[in-house]
This record gives sequence, structure tokens and C-alpha cells, in this order.
Amino acid sequence: MYCQQCNQRPATVYITKIINGEKSEMHLCQECATKMQETSGFGWDPHFSMNLLSSFFEEAESALNLARNFPKTDRCETCGLTYSSFRQSGKLGCSDCYNTFMAQLSPVIRQIHGSEKHTGKIPERGGEQLHIKKKIEQLKDKMQEMVQREEFEKAAEVRDEIRRLEGKLK
Amino acid sequence: MVAYKDIIKRIRSRWMEGSGAQADIVISSRVRLARNLQGIPFPHLADKQTAQEVINKVKEAIDTSVKKEFPTIQLTALSEIDRLQKQILFEKHLISSQLLEQDEKAAVALDEEEISVMVNEEDHLRIQCLLPALQLHEAWRKADMVDNSLERKLDYGFNEQFGYVTACPTNVGTGMRASVMLHLPGLVMTKRAGNVLSALSKFGLVVRGLYGEGTEALGNLFQVSNQITMGRNEEEIINNLSNVTQKIVDQEREARQVLKKELGTQLEDKLWRAYGTLRYARIMDTQQALSLLSQVRLGVDMKIIKGIDPRIMTELMIMIQPGCLQYIMGQEMNPNMRDVYRAHLLRERIKIENA
Repeated sequence: MYCQQCNQRPATVYITKIINGEKSEMHLCQECATKMQETSGFGWDPHFSMNLLSSFFEEAESALNLARNFPKTDRCETCGLTYSSFRQSGKLGCSDCYNTFMAQLSPVIRQIHGSEKHTGKIPERGGEQLHIKKKIEQLKDKMQEMVQREEFEKAAEVRDEIRRLEGKLK
Repeated sequence: MVAYKDIIKRIRSRWMEGSGAQADIVISSRVRLARNLQGIPFPHLADKQTAQEVINKVKEAIDTSVKKEFPTIQLTALSEIDRLQKQILFEKHLISSQLLEQDEKAAVALDEEEISVMVNEEDHLRIQCLLPALQLHEAWRKADMVDNSLERKLDYGFNEQFGYVTACPTNVGTGMRASVMLHLPGLVMTKRAGNVLSALSKFGLVVRGLYGEGTEALGNLFQVSNQITMGRNEEEIINNLSNVTQKIVDQEREARQVLKKELGTQLEDKLWRAYGTLRYARIMDTQQALSLLSQVRLGVDMKIIKGIDPRIMTELMIMIQPGCLQYIMGQEMNPNMRDVYRAHLLRERIKIENA
């Protein structure tokens, strides 16, 4: 989302005003928000939300010494987003950013979700390989159980199925 | 391209019909899925032309695929909808405030108001299903269907490890936000709401006000939704929210019993006074109206006030919002005029029938 004031920079500050019972909401970039604060004398700190986000990243980064290991000038080839502008806005630029910045993103995502592995729905199209991988994992579990129950013949059948599926993977 | 007009004519939404499980406490259930197209900059980086390309692709997918299962769904560019009508869609929870601000670059596809697909909000696609009462599984089933039909025509951005990619990493994974809108006057009046709701974070759930993030809990209405979108699959997220909702509902019922027992006539007096104010006041702002409607609704649900259809209460919560009010009146009004007309509308609608 772009700033409602200048329509140029991404909006990072969210303001709710209540005047005479009329509620209005604004999304502004930091520069316009600061300007507005100066002219209207709002008693509020535009840096607050930014600081909150930055501290989030810093925590994740320091945990893994990422700040040192990854140059922050990394740029996504598809959309041109840099890691530092991601850090500023908190938003990725396109689907490929998740590959470009995977190493830096992992700890951030773990901080947010407590996990960094998607276990839900997979798209039908484009997800064929993943569906096969998931199936293989399930079959391996099944095979383990059979081995434990000493059902070796059945386990061998499952093993053959796993091999067949593995042949389908790239 | 006039589908939205038909919708707004019938200003009622299906989700306001208010029938179904726990409908007296769970006002609505919603599932929202965030999806993005592969290799195309997310809306916040997209120029107008790119945004239009996304809209065209989604329109094609809606028309050739989604329509087979949802025949009434129709996509409209936001720039073709007038200001007041957009405001109404927002008040009815069919589009978000963020979409409103994307005006020139955004579009929305609506069916008979259970499904809405927002295009170029924070993500390329936000697929939403909104249903009355506690119907999270059904809402997920329908949103999933729309998602599947869109996916037949669109290349989604999907990452093997992270799942469905989103502009903000707080939504990545399932991209799913499931939520329920709860009416909890009993918990608020017995001062238990704080305790019950703050315990929700332990279950990975968050509480918000009537119009989502950063809004206040007006009229004792609370929105509860899942906080995290990764590490749990969709079914698990839905089950967790459903189970916790059921527990909150039980607590609310218990609180209402306590109120009845401890306050007796005092409770009746309070609720009937709320009715009296709604029935006779001449000036009413939104906040006060929501608060009084909440009390009358409690009276109706507890069978203290009889002869009012509880569905009217849900409907009025939306109808008294500024956009709907001006639409019903047929003209734009300043806030003072709205307060007068709001009081008028409430007097008309809240009459006790067959008394």
C-alpha cells in the first residue's frame, strides 16, 4: 500500500483519528506522518511501529549472526526488492523473494509462527512433486510400522511403491 | 458490470440472517485465504499496469472457472463502484479498509455475499467466505472450493518449505485467517471478558474489535482469529478455533445465568431502559446505538424482552453504520444529520411486534 498523502512511498504508519465522534483512518509513509505530526501536533510517535518491527529482525538476526553472514544489499532479481527495504517495510516484493531471502527469512518466520515448515494445503497444479514427496513420507512411516510388526512382505511392497514414486521425482 | 448494485439494493447480507449453531452468541464465521501470483510483484510494489494485468487474470479465472460452482459471482473494478457503495461493502465486512484505499488498482468479486475475492489488497488475492453463526468448517469448505477453482487457471506463488507466499510474512504458510464474531455482553458485564479473552493467546488466537485490526470492541462484539499461519494445517486451525469458540460460548452462557441470578430485576430494568432509549431517542451516535443494541439483544436472547426478531439486531448493527444509513436515506448526510436519522431508523425498526 502506498502513502495516502504522497502516493509515492509505501505506507508504514497507520493513524486513527476521532474528531467529533467521526472516525477516520489514514495510511501514511513515515515522512508524511512526521510532517503531519509537526503541523497538527499529534501526540504520537511515528517511529514506534518501525522500532517494533526492527527489533523483531534484530533479535532474529543476532540469534544466528545473520547480520554478518548475509550482506544486506541482496536484491531480488524478479522484483528488485532489497533485503534492507524489506526490513524497513516488513513486506516482501514477490513470490521469488521467498527464495532469494530464504536464509534471512527462516529465523524471522520462526519468530513469528514458532515454525518454518508449511504443513497445510498444497496447490494441485505445480505442486505435483510436493504431493509425491508427501506421499513418500507417509509411505515411509507406514513401512516403519510394518517392519516393527514384522510384516516384512507387506513392507517390501510398500518399499517398491516408494521406489516407484521416487523415480517420478526430478 | 452492475452486479454490485443488485447486492447493495438488498442491503441485507446472507451472513446477517443469523440462523445456525450458537447464532445467539456467534454472529458470524469467516475464513480468509491470502494467495499471490507467481513472479508478479505484490500489490504494494506493482504499478498500475501490473495491477491491471493481475485483475485481468483473476477476472478470466473467475469467469471461466469459479462461475461453474458459484454462478452469481461477478468481478468489478473498485474504480467503477461509487464511494458510498464501497463504504457499504466495507461496513458489511465484504471488503477491507485497505482495499478501499487501493481504489485505482483494486477489484472485488462478489457472489450472493457469502464469497468475496479481493484483488490487489495487501496480497494479489484475498478469498473470503463469510457465514452466519458458528460455521467455520463450512466457511473453510467454500473458501477452499473457490481457491481450487481459481488455482486451475492461475499460477500461485507457492514455496516448498514456506507454503503459500504472502506480502507480509505474518500470513505465509496456509495464508489462512479464520475468525468468529462474538457477542459477549454477559462476560463484559460480569467483568470476566478480560480474563477469558487474554487467555486466548495461549491457544494461538487473537482478539480484535468489530472492524478488525486496530478497532475497538464496540457493542460487546469481539472478533477472535488464529494468530499463526504456519506449522498447523487448515483443519487444525479451524478445529482449534471452533473448540475454543465453543468454550467461550459456554462461559458467556454461564455469565448470563449469573447476571440473571444476582441482578434479577436490576438486569431487567437495565435492558428495558436500553429498549426505551432506542424506542424514543431523537439523536443517536453509532457508538451509543451499538451499545444499546447489544443490551436489547441480550434481553431478547435471555427472553426478558419478547416480540423482537433477534435477526433485526444483527441487521441493525450494520444498517446504522454511516454508509448504509446514507444509502437507506438516499443522500449524503453530515454526522449530525446522521445521528438524527439513525435515531429515526432505530425507532422504526425496533418496535415490538404482536404486542
